[in-house]
Amino acid sequence: MAGSNKLNITPPRWLLAELSYKCPLQCPYCSNPLDYAKYPNELSTEDWKRVLSQARKMGAVQLGFSGGEPLTRQDLTELVGYARELGYYSNLITSGYGLSEEKIVELKQAGLDHIQISIQASTQELNDHIAGTATYQHKQDVAKLIKKHGYPMVLCVVIHRENIHQMPQILEMAENLGADYLELANTQYYGWAHLNRDALLPTREQFEEAEKIAQAYKEKVAGKMKIYYVVPDYYEDRPKACMNGWGTTFLTIAPDGTALPCHSARELPGLDCPNVKDFSIAEIWNESKTFNFFRGTGWMQEPCRSCDEKLKDFGGCRCQAFLFNGDMYSTDPVCSKSPERHRIDTAINSARELALSDREKPLVFRNSKNSKQF
Amino acid sequence: MTITPDQLIQFSPLHRLQWEEAQQKYVILYPEGMVELNQSSAEILKLCDGSRMLAQIVAELEEKFATSGLTNDITNFLNVALQNGWIKQA
Ligand code: SF4
Ligand code: SF4
Repeated sequence: MAGSNKLNITPPRWLLAELSYKCPLQCPYCSNPLDYAKYPNELSTEDWKRVLSQARKMGAVQLGFSGGEPLTRQDLTELVGYARELGYYSNLITSGYGLSEEKIVELKQAGLDHIQISIQASTQELNDHIAGTATYQHKQDVAKLIKKHGYPMVLCVVIHRENIHQMPQILEMAENLGADYLELANTQYYGWAHLNRDALLPTREQFEEAEKIAQAYKEKVAGKMKIYYVVPDYYEDRPKACMNGWGTTFLTIAPDGTALPCHSARELPGLDCPNVKDFSIAEIWNESKTFNFFRGTGWMQEPCRSCDEKLKDFGGCRCQAFLFNGDMYSTDPVCSKSPERHRIDTAINSARELALSDREKPLVFRNSKNSKQF
Repeated sequence: MTITPDQLIQFSPLHRLQWEEAQQKYVILYPEGMVELNQSSAEILKLCDGSRMLAQIVAELEEKFATSGLTNDITNFLNVALQNGWIKQA
């Protein structure tokens, strides 16, 4: 293993329970693995309950039910109720598809704390195009019902080149729907988003313009609606402190029970991610090779190893280092100190060329037919 | 936004105040976040249950900790809490 540093293991605080890869939507930026169709097995209700109670005992308190679409699980209400008993603060991360008023009430009674609903764009035409499904009107209705039943409502809009020009309308839509939180998540280029990057990555000018609008709006709605703005790291010169440090805070459990330090970690070679069917959460978190792999700083190469910022960003994202450099130990290429930074610039330029040309590159939508090709 | 002395103070229905055994402290939970509280902040917030106004909270805490002169500290903290949306009035 690369960086075992067992002296300093902090307990997990956030648990992301990816209940199912099934999803009626087909977002071309989906962060699920390209080959998700290879993992059709899902944990049983009993397995999930065991995971929830073991992680809670270690100190996990924020819980996200996600997927895919978590509403495809028939036992969702039961799991929500169980999580509430254990004292989790739970969040349903949903596309809103299949969420009826009855279900909203049922989940509230079971103890769900908040709902994060995604909307793809501020217009029906674009929303339905990106989602690959006609969902716009339903999402608007669901957003209102979430508020009606007293949940804090988090509206999540993933930003990319097809919708970035709608920033002013997206902000207005969120305010009109009464969102308590608006998450403007610039696309992170992993999974399907990586595959579609040339068509999705905004140009620097587009990004800067949109950011200005969002920041100004932030002040306008201060005290009413909180705006979380997730920056697109390609346009930064320092990488993100990915997952707040490997194996320090976040634990993701994939639908088949694979435990992951971040939701893309499955794509890294030789990690042998453990499964909750074989090990307890404590064993996985404290002792598995996977979770110790990039703990601490012992695994780092130059320029990170002797960099005085290494405790700030932990050398950036391991998946991004692997995707660009083919070397998961290397410095995240977003960093201006990385000798591979030019690879990010090449990606930016390639997307820019496509954006400024009149060529079209069709989006590859996230569905099982496409997934089976990987 | 500051505390109005003659209005009841209640904890925000959009947040949750909870004791965390693993951390041995009170925390405030809200969408995408968590704030860890020190003991005095937690003692103040526990009294924000919609049945008390500022002066009552001060009086109760001064009695509980057998001290006086807490008005300023408590008011300052509650103003911060109000701005963060942890508590609300009417
Ligand atoms: S990003 Fe879209 S396709 Fe992927 S799980 Fe979420 S709603 Fe489904
Ligand atoms: S060299 Fe490594 S540690 Fe230093 S700023 Fe860049 S990514 Fe962070």
